[in-house]
Amino acid sequence: MSARARFVLAVVVLGLLMTGPFLLTALLVWVETPEAARGQLAALIAPHFALGSLLTLVAFGAGVGVVRGLFRQYVQGLLRMSENLRLMLGANRGFRVEPEGPPEVRALASTVNELAEQRDALLTDVEAQISRAKASVEAEKNRLAALMSELTQSVVVCNLDGRVLLYNSRARQQFRALSDAPAVGGSELIGLGRSIYAVFERSLIAHALENIQQRLRRGAAQAQANFVTATRAGQLLRVQMAPVLATATEEAAAVEPASSDETTAAACAPADRTVTGFILMLDNITRNFESESRRDQMLHDLTEGNRAALANVRAAAEMLEYPDLQDELRERFSGVIRDEVQAMSMRLNESATEFADSLKSRWPLEDMLGVELIAAVQRRIESRLQLPTKLEEVDESLWVKVDSFSLMQALTYLASRLSDEFEVREVRFRLSGAGRRAHLDLIWSGQAMSTETVMSWELEPMRLEGESTPLTVRDVVERHDGEMWLEREKVRHRAFFRILLPAATPQTEIEADVHLRGEGRPEYYDFDLFKWSEKSHALDERKLSELVYTVFDTETTGLNPSQGDEIIQIGATRILNGKLLRSESFEQLVDPGRPLAPESSAIHGISEDMLRGQPDIDTVLPAFHAFAADTVLVAHNAAFDMRFLQLKEDRTGLRFDQPVLDTLLLSAVIHPNQESHRLEAIAERLGLTIIGRHTALGDALVTAEVFLKLIPLLAEKGVHTLREAREAAEKTYYARVKY
Amino acid sequence: MKRKILIADDEQNIVISLEFLMKREGYEVAIASDGEEAVQRMRADPPDLVLLDVMMPKKSGFDVCQEVRADPALAGVRILMLTAKGRDTEVAKGLALGADAYMTKPFSTKELVEKVRGLLEA
Repeated sequence: MSARARFVLAVVVLGLLMTGPFLLTALLVWVETPEAARGQLAALIAPHFALGSLLTLVAFGAGVGVVRGLFRQYVQGLLRMSENLRLMLGANRGFRVEPEGPPEVRALASTVNELAEQRDALLTDVEAQISRAKASVEAEKNRLAALMSELTQSVVVCNLDGRVLLYNSRARQQFRALSDAPAVGGSELIGLGRSIYAVFERSLIAHALENIQQRLRRGAAQAQANFVTATRAGQLLRVQMAPVLATATEEAAAVEPASSDETTAAACAPADRTVTGFILMLDNITRNFESESRRDQMLHDLTEGNRAALANVRAAAEMLEYPDLQDELRERFSGVIRDEVQAMSMRLNESATEFADSLKSRWPLEDMLGVELIAAVQRRIESRLQLPTKLEEVDESLWVKVDSFSLMQALTYLASRLSDEFEVREVRFRLSGAGRRAHLDLIWSGQAMSTETVMSWELEPMRLEGESTPLTVRDVVERHDGEMWLEREKVRHRAFFRILLPAATPQTEIEADVHLRGEGRPEYYDFDLFKWSEKSHALDERKLSELVYTVFDTETTGLNPSQGDEIIQIGATRILNGKLLRSESFEQLVDPGRPLAPESSAIHGISEDMLRGQPDIDTVLPAFHAFAADTVLVAHNAAFDMRFLQLKEDRTGLRFDQPVLDTLLLSAVIHPNQESHRLEAIAERLGLTIIGRHTALGDALVTAEVFLKLIPLLAEKGVHTLREAREAAEKTYYARVKY
Repeated sequence: MKRKILIADDEQNIVISLEFLMKREGYEVAIASDGEEAVQRMRADPPDLVLLDVMMPKKSGFDVCQEVRADPALAGVRILMLTAKGRDTEVAKGLALGADAYMTKPFSTKELVEKVRGLLEA
């Protein structure tokens, strides 16, 4: 019964209570009065009847007033308080009830407030503990991720379904080289939750896993598998695979439902551990392989290639030895020898130049910025020898190929002998490029030593305080396939050692763009994927919070795809396990092959100049298709973007037939009474700050953030699964259409 | 009766020496500068021995060798293969295809003469 009905009932009861006894008494008096006296009684009472009724009415009015007051304070007041308490319980934890009304209600309010304080303290404590625990787990994960990303070897970790749950930036670079869709730059191949089978044959991985499992069964300490494979893009990869084994607790959990006998059996046999995933360490050996084949080619050219020519020369030379040779023939044999030897010399020179790189010493040299090398040498000399150093002209753009440690040893050693034996008080450095080589000079003022001294410095094993090595300066120089000599600058009364080092082509900093996009460290791992199992649910019954999404947006030449408007930009990002993977985003301009309407430029800021030379849609769409494979598509006003994609289906043969969710419709599910479901309006409603809108990627990122906010709100409305979301969206859609 | 020798090699610079050498040894010499020509000449006038280079245009020495061994009319022809490749797998292949002997370039002309003589006397 509603409060209002109870109030009406109370008033009716009050009315009855006030008039009932009086009327009843009057009725009894009336009945007991003899017939004759009744007239007298009526005459006696009638004049006072009006006064009585008035008094009763007044009293009734006062009664109603009292009831109403009580009702307001105790019933409605408590109701209001209960609503506030509900608020406190859920949406707004910081809210407190204002103590008002009668003392009892106030006491109740303050008690409730105290309870709330207590609850908050407890909650905060629990939350603090949880977040501490989380933070330490997160820190560990980050440490692992940091470790991984610094590795020069590329690492990919997958679960048994072949889904990637960790990769490092090196792997990302490598996959970029493997991608045959350069527009996406490999992010269609590698990404959290993506299938490794896009890169490797499923059977290849299965075979390697089988080998590992066999080795595990045999009790091998290190169960690993190795294989070399050629990718579709023609690159050669050497792959080392190691298993990820279940930890003891995971295993116990997995065995629990089974009988207790098995549990003990499993506990007793730790060797029999289950594989839950695998680690792939990848090496792109295409270049090694190429350089090795070049070396082989050269060897071959130098040996086999000369056999025939040598045979000709040898035969001719042997013919010349016959004494009975006629002059004419003698001349011909000499001619053969002359020609062949000339041709052989030419071939030798050609191979020597062509294979110069392959002929270089095989000591591993690393590319280093010359300035950095010199800075390191300076630090070492100053701290080891207390010898001041200075810089002269240094080409700051010069990269060198060096074994930095041994080179630093050599330079320090030379400086120490200069300081010890020639009382040099300062050394200077100079670096300049000379074609394929670099000149690194160690300069000092004062006399130059004799060539014999230089020779002995070069050939004696380097000895420094606390450090001795069998290496000589000559060894170090040879390791670099270089040379070293002494030069004098007589005019300035000084001398220098010049070391010739191989110059390196500047390294391109591939990493740069990866960090531009995300804030902080890119998301390279998601261990929750270990728990994934693809077969357990059909996509439709999967929870919205655990699906993989491609959130995308397109910019177009206009609004009418059927009248020839075209896509000019696609931007997309990914959501996995409720996390936005900014570092796996993708944005590409597309040449529409038709002029742009000037008014559209005002919206997206893309001009025709920017589109010139960009790939066309036939190139970009396959890349985007691969990027979006196996995911649910999300877009704002998806119907519009999907229309553009679908119109290309016939031509490209690519179908975008995965489920599609529309943030516009989902927003309408949650806030059916709001007028605007424009992206900005929704973002504002959900408290998101918008940056970088109206580029395809900018809009896709905003859409993704909106979508992530919508998921819990949908859950409150009872929309949990993909199917429920689609059905709810369809309802709003139809509702809007009818309207 | 003079023994007949066919020299099949596309390298003029070795043919000069081989021709001189074989003539000096008293053999009658014919020359073919590719594989096809070698087969034609052998069919037209079967020699006692052929000095067969492996790397030749049109038909390789291996092809020629196989063809000769498949032809009963040429059963008496001895084959000495010459190759500019040092791999022993190739030696094995040549011998398997029916060559009587095999020499790797560069070779000593003295040894070649001895080998030719040996093959013809056997």
